[in-house]
Amino acid sequence: MRLIEGHRPLTPDSAIPVFDVDPYSEETLLDPGPFYTALREAGPVVFIPRYSVLAVGRYEETRKTFSDHENFVSSRGIGMDDFKLEKPWRPPSIILEVDPPDHTKTRKVMSKALSPKVVRTLMDDFTAAAEAIVDRLLQQSEIEGVVDLAEAFPTTVFPKAVGMKDVNTRHLVDYGAIVFNAVGPDNARRRAAMQRAPEVGGWITAACARDRLTEDGLGAMVYAAADAGEITSEEAGMLVRSFLSAGVDTTVTGIGNALWCFSQNPSQWDALLEDPKLARPAFEEVLRYTSPVHTFARTANLDTEIADYPVPEGAKVLCVLGAANMDPDKWGDPEVFRIDRRPVGHMAFGAGIHGCVGQNIARGELEALLSVMARKVARIEPAGEAVWRPNNAIRALDRLPLKLIAK
Amino acid sequence: MVKVTYIQPDGSETTVDAAAGESVMQVALNNNIAGIIAECGGSMACATCHVYVAEDWLGKTGSRSESEEDMLDCAASEMKETSRLSCQITLTEAHDGLRVHVPEEQV
Repeated sequence: MRLIEGHRPLTPDSAIPVFDVDPYSEETLLDPGPFYTALREAGPVVFIPRYSVLAVGRYEETRKTFSDHENFVSSRGIGMDDFKLEKPWRPPSIILEVDPPDHTKTRKVMSKALSPKVVRTLMDDFTAAAEAIVDRLLQQSEIEGVVDLAEAFPTTVFPKAVGMKDVNTRHLVDYGAIVFNAVGPDNARRRAAMQRAPEVGGWITAACARDRLTEDGLGAMVYAAADAGEITSEEAGMLVRSFLSAGVDTTVTGIGNALWCFSQNPSQWDALLEDPKLARPAFEEVLRYTSPVHTFARTANLDTEIADYPVPEGAKVLCVLGAANMDPDKWGDPEVFRIDRRPVGHMAFGAGIHGCVGQNIARGELEALLSVMARKVARIEPAGEAVWRPNNAIRALDRLPLKLIAK
Repeated sequence: MVKVTYIQPDGSETTVDAAAGESVMQVALNNNIAGIIAECGGSMACATCHVYVAEDWLGKTGSRSESEEDMLDCAASEMKETSRLSCQITLTEAHDGLRVHVPEEQV
């Protein structure tokens, strides 16, 4: 059978609305708002002929489909490729691209290594690193927010927390971007990612080896689970790789997007200065408002349904998290960035058993950074145009010229 | 319709109406109950919706799963025999009158 974008062509139920767009066009990836709105308006589930996939973008259906791990599995890939039919570009992740019961085992190990308790022990280090970086940047008349701050902070604290002996900032940031571009269709971005994958992926795999990690980091905790017989030592290496796929570029994106939100909404920076306790809820609103992971897919593992429409086994379903996070039926005034919104239930970290296992450490990093900035920075002003960097699954900035005005 | 009472550390009580099928966490959020943060939205990934179930209700709120216990062990306030993640208690008609205590700290 001829596959389309690595999966079986789908003949959708005739009642499912046809939505003839390209969610992966450069125009849409640079400015996804109009696509999100049109997707939600087209129906609770739609068929996108160009890629022969279904898509959901309304809050209720997106949450339900994305978290229904029994009907909509992750083991067949969270992108266009159906791993049952097409060989994956790398050995599949043993936590992201897997179902229970295997998932339950690896999730437990990761959840322990990234628990709120562990994150509390890292907070002093996060705060110290944030102070050093922010103090240095306040000496500059202008900064480039993406490289100088969004990349600088996580690549300082995260590899150290993991216990990496080898740090290559560029490879660490780019590996995530490669992994996330790989879940898209066979477009220029995916091809470019695949071209860089051998070099960057090779470096990453080597850096995950036990002898390349200290004995007191998150990586060592994962290897300790192998010593305890919970997982194999090969699986430990794979889980350390997951720290690096999902823990660097995502946080870089979260910080860049936060800086962008505040530079565009100065009243909300003032609100944070007035009540620095809002640092954590502010990050939740950044996540809802910008959806750093904009789209992941699931695969129907049996004949099932979405919103009473039949969905056949093998169907790929794009879950457009960005659209769900902007659904007015759920949020009322989604277009407004309000740091006191407390948008519990936003889809930026996913939902259900595959909900981001690193969300506590991401919150810890952002809380530390935003709290330090709230103490030291009076204003965050644009110093030029913000430029987005299109990616098949990530909504991230490429450049963000800023002025940080000291208090 | 079931009634659920949330008791704050200072002893103040709020009783709200809830529907069967909702979680004790969701009901708290719907009613702006102080001290239930629920950062992860119910994925059992954060331990910020921790509650202590009133002892006379313990028999009716079910048991804690292993992953719930692992997460409760990370909660900011001490884990007790009565500790639950409120996202993991789904209300039924049998829960009418349920009382839960909100802990001192969640983060």
